[in-house]
Amino acid sequence: MKINYLYPEFEVIRNPERCISCRLCERQCSNGVHCYVAETGRMASDESKCVDCQRCVAVCPKTALKIVKSNCSLRENANWRESYVKEIYKQAESGGILLSSMGNPEPFPSYWDRILINASQVTNPSIDPLREPMETRVFLGKKPDRIKRGADGRIKRELSPQLCLSMPVMFSAMSYGSISYNAHAALASAASELGILYNTGEGGLHEDFYRYGKNTVVQVASGRFGVHETYLEAGAAIEIKIGQGAKPGIGGHLPGAKITADVSRTRMIPEGTEAISPAPHHDIYSIEDLRQLVYSLKEATEYKKPVIVKVAAVHNIAAIAGGIARSGADIIAIDGFRGGTGAAPTRIRDNVGIPIELALAAVDQRLREEGIRNNVSIIAGGSIRSSSDVIKAVALGADACYIGTAALIALGCHLCRSCGSGKCNWGIATQDPELSKRLDPFSGKERLVNLMRAWRHEIKEMMGGMGINSIEALRGNRLMLRGIGMNEKELEILGISHAGE
Amino acid sequence: MLIDAKGINHRELNEMIRRSDKDCVVKNCLGQRFIGAGMSDRNIEIEGIPGNALGAYLNGACIEVRGNVQDAVGDTMNSGSIVIYGNAGDTAGYAMRGGSIYVKGNTRYRTGIHMKEYRDKLPVIVIGGKTGSFLGEYQAGGVILVLGLGIKDEKIAGYFPCAGMHGGKVFLRTEPSKIKFPPQVLVRPSDSEDMSEIQKYVSEFCRLFGFDEKAVMDHPFTTAVPNSKNPYKQMYVSN
Repeated sequence: MKINYLYPEFEVIRNPERCISCRLCERQCSNGVHCYVAETGRMASDESKCVDCQRCVAVCPKTALKIVKSNCSLRENANWRESYVKEIYKQAESGGILLSSMGNPEPFPSYWDRILINASQVTNPSIDPLREPMETRVFLGKKPDRIKRGADGRIKRELSPQLCLSMPVMFSAMSYGSISYNAHAALASAASELGILYNTGEGGLHEDFYRYGKNTVVQVASGRFGVHETYLEAGAAIEIKIGQGAKPGIGGHLPGAKITADVSRTRMIPEGTEAISPAPHHDIYSIEDLRQLVYSLKEATEYKKPVIVKVAAVHNIAAIAGGIARSGADIIAIDGFRGGTGAAPTRIRDNVGIPIELALAAVDQRLREEGIRNNVSIIAGGSIRSSSDVIKAVALGADACYIGTAALIALGCHLCRSCGSGKCNWGIATQDPELSKRLDPFSGKERLVNLMRAWRHEIKEMMGGMGINSIEALRGNRLMLRGIGMNEKELEILGISHAGE
Repeated sequence: MLIDAKGINHRELNEMIRRSDKDCVVKNCLGQRFIGAGMSDRNIEIEGIPGNALGAYLNGACIEVRGNVQDAVGDTMNSGSIVIYGNAGDTAGYAMRGGSIYVKGNTRYRTGIHMKEYRDKLPVIVIGGKTGSFLGEYQAGGVILVLGLGIKDEKIAGYFPCAGMHGGKVFLRTEPSKIKFPPQVLVRPSDSEDMSEIQKYVSEFCRLFGFDEKAVMDHPFTTAVPNSKNPYKQMYVSN
């Protein structure tokens, strides 16, 4: 007798009065939950396979389906939460490392939700963004610390290379391999239309997307997949990936099954082989070594492109960022512990790293104290969920934000957190041609453009409310923020006062 | 063109190499890093000691060094060749995808780490002497050949060779029993097929550095390839 320790997590509720047995749910479910029973002429469900991606719910022409969390539960226990018990069952059965997808879902405090934004009343009048000019454009890169003049007295105008963004948001690194061709096409074309940038992730750059080069950040990570001279030349900036918020300190592994012909061409490895990114860059054991990789990339691209160094937010992030700011990097990207991932060990995703809000505030403060804040721009990522998160991040010191999960949600992601399976019913985290064609790159682009336009309007509204007409004047302007329900230490690290103060 | 590297930094030096004609000789090289980074269509001869990351992202250029080189020579090189008449430091050929590196002497830690091959690109590293620990770590493709010439009573590769190897081949001019490999690697005495595969590399090595090909080949060799039972597949359970 085989005992099944894991009762299905979700229930498929099918309204028999509405269901017409059209079998669309069956065709749309890559997990094989739905099937047609000829004898009864009705649909049936295998709920053990359901991941609650809501695809069937969304496509059902008769709204006959509902997926709900099963209320079949273990006896309540505040310490031994059901998830811990079930995870032990899984590990006792398999002996495997628990592997999860997307960002940390645990109920850690979100500091964005405890920060409130200021608005002008009476003094320093607010500005109507529809009526008056409002600047959301930002330039990322090293800024000169003083004005230099030539022998003729004229100001020297040579600057380090800069990235120009129409608004302080970029699409963060997601590799071709972890997400589909169509998802990349949507991100690349949306970035190009919006005047912002997207990021290749560590998967190389597909030949079709070279034309979006001036809106592309090309990534160099420890596995160096798809990295060659033309790739480095193709992007507007080069990002050295040291770490990722979802899995600080560990590498990556794209299984051979996902290295399809096309992905193999882009990563420049044979089809079906494993793509392993080692945990560290084995040529970087120090800030001096990091400087070497930064400068080798600058030499290879003749100093024409800014170099970004991306790190996960960890305990000593302020000191680490101080080192990076001296390494010759032009931009630091910091990824908080809620950042998304295609796959990461559960325990690492849920327990390693620190919140981006605290990391960002600590880094901005430290770089200012050391007088090197203008050496670098800062990009903050790791769960930026809305335009108000962007405003708060900028006021805490970010020059721009990276969004990954928010962009995928715009493309249809329902956060079922099953990316690792490669069976994404929304055509995003999959290399199955039948599934990926469900994501139309053109409408995907439109949805991303709509989302960013909406955020840009909201950013302008909030800036206007504060009486600020340039995003540059908001950066690091912590007087515009107040904390609510935080202790002294949290307020001290964030560098903000409590509401009412 | 003759370039005197005395007292100039890496940025100026690389600019001079880019501006020079196809063939150039760099004299008095003393620690300048990144020489030849990303270059194609250049023959660069270096006299002296270049610094770290010589020939990084090399894309077809040929570099010859009349001396030792430091760390990360040929990092992520795509094509071209690097010939070193001395020793090389750590992480030689890191993540190289194509082209060749010939070292007359020894190399240190993590030689050929994460080398990979792709289509017609097959990277090759040939080391005349011995090499440090973690040789061919994470190797995903390409060929590494360690000849151990002139190495008498020592091992010709350090600890943990081929750790994490999942592609490519490593050949060592020694008996299999002399080197301890991790369990993820299949190790065997090189057979005639292996020997004919390495023949051309040995022959090129001997041509470059003046060794007797027959004497080099007439010796037991060891072949190491990844164990096809993938050690990573069983490691995870979906949560």
